[in-house]
Amino acid sequence: MAAELHVALVAADREVWSGRATLVVARTTSGDIGVMPGHQPLLGVLESGPVTIRTSEGGTVVVAVHGGFISFADDKLSLLAEVAELADEIDVQRVERELERAKAEGDAAAERRADVRLRTVSAR
Amino acid sequence: MGAQLRVYKRRIRSVTATKKITKAMEMIAASRVVKAQRKVAASTPYATELTRAVTAVGTGSNTKHPLTTQAETVTRSAVLLLTSDRGLAGAFNSNAIKAAEQLTARLESEGKQVDTYIVGRRGVAHYNFRERKIADQWTGFTDEPSYADAKKVAAPLIEAIEKDTADGGVDELHIVYTEFVSMMTQQALDARLLPLSLDEVAQERPKGEILPLYDFEPSAEDVLDALLPRYVESRIYNALLQSAASKHAATRRAMKSATDNAGELINTLSRLANAARQAEITQEISEIVGGSAALADATAGSDK
Repeated sequence: MAAELHVALVAADREVWSGRATLVVARTTSGDIGVMPGHQPLLGVLESGPVTIRTSEGGTVVVAVHGGFISFADDKLSLLAEVAELADEIDVQRVERELERAKAEGDAAAERRADVRLRTVSAR
Repeated sequence: MGAQLRVYKRRIRSVTATKKITKAMEMIAASRVVKAQRKVAASTPYATELTRAVTAVGTGSNTKHPLTTQAETVTRSAVLLLTSDRGLAGAFNSNAIKAAEQLTARLESEGKQVDTYIVGRRGVAHYNFRERKIADQWTGFTDEPSYADAKKVAAPLIEAIEKDTADGGVDELHIVYTEFVSMMTQQALDARLLPLSLDEVAQERPKGEILPLYDFEPSAEDVLDALLPRYVESRIYNALLQSAASKHAATRRAMKSATDNAGELINTLSRLANAARQAEITQEISEIVGGSAALADATAGSDK
């Protein structure tokens, strides 16, 4: 069966998720992009944001990605992220605390990270 | 107990305690090597994918970038030296430092000015003791470096490369680290990290694979702009991990030979202690025999 993507989502220090999928939606610097099997070879820069992967089994995997790249060729899709967290790994209460602290300290980068995590959890 | 024997007993006790410590350190180091190796393996997928992406942009477009352009005349180079925070690792640190010094001498003989960047307390101490200038230093994470640490190290280096040489920037970046070849072999080596030669990157990839013509999003320049710093970071991360693994392997080996030496020393000392004890007993017997013989002689004399 050809209508499948082989997805490998790797962070700098580990492989976060890999498997087969039918659709991957990610946010590049020029907007959201959805990749399905047979897409043209693509290499793009990712924004921080949730990445949604529809697996072949019909499930959905949502991952918070903080900067990285998407590259697709030959029905093989790789998502390279410096930091990536599966939605299941995210502890909502901790992130909310982080968000509050980041807002209080005016740390824009930390605030954005926390925001991405929260959006990822809510997208699940 | 004779004085001699007591001295031997005391030394045996102290060497036994040392042996226990070095044995424990050896085992800790052995488990850390495995952990460090696992981290190297875990970081490999990211590195390979990144290399692939860099090759794709490099071959698929003719984009120029400060990180890939060779300066016409190199006036200043940066040397990044990776050492460890703690010693007790045999010649690990001195080998790395020696390699860095050789590289520095070579660069200086080519008429280049050298800025030294150091990771690890041992290297920093070595340079400070000799009152050499260190451009920047990082310590405290060499046993278990994380990707964030690699980013921290890479940031000022990339900045220095991108700056004009006249404003204090550098033209090239060399890295000196200890490659983890195997449990028994680790090798200090130097490599030029920047400017990056895309041909060399391409050679790292398996032959015969044809890269497709990519669509770049948003553009080839922007992708390269974002990719290259990540590539450098990932290379530095890899070097840090290898250096950590090498350090633990060196510690394990050093501690193993320390344990072996302590065992040998205990053997020698217990033989000496046995001899001393035996000598003591012999002496006591001969004293008793001598004493009783003298007594017997005396009584025999008075009887007559």
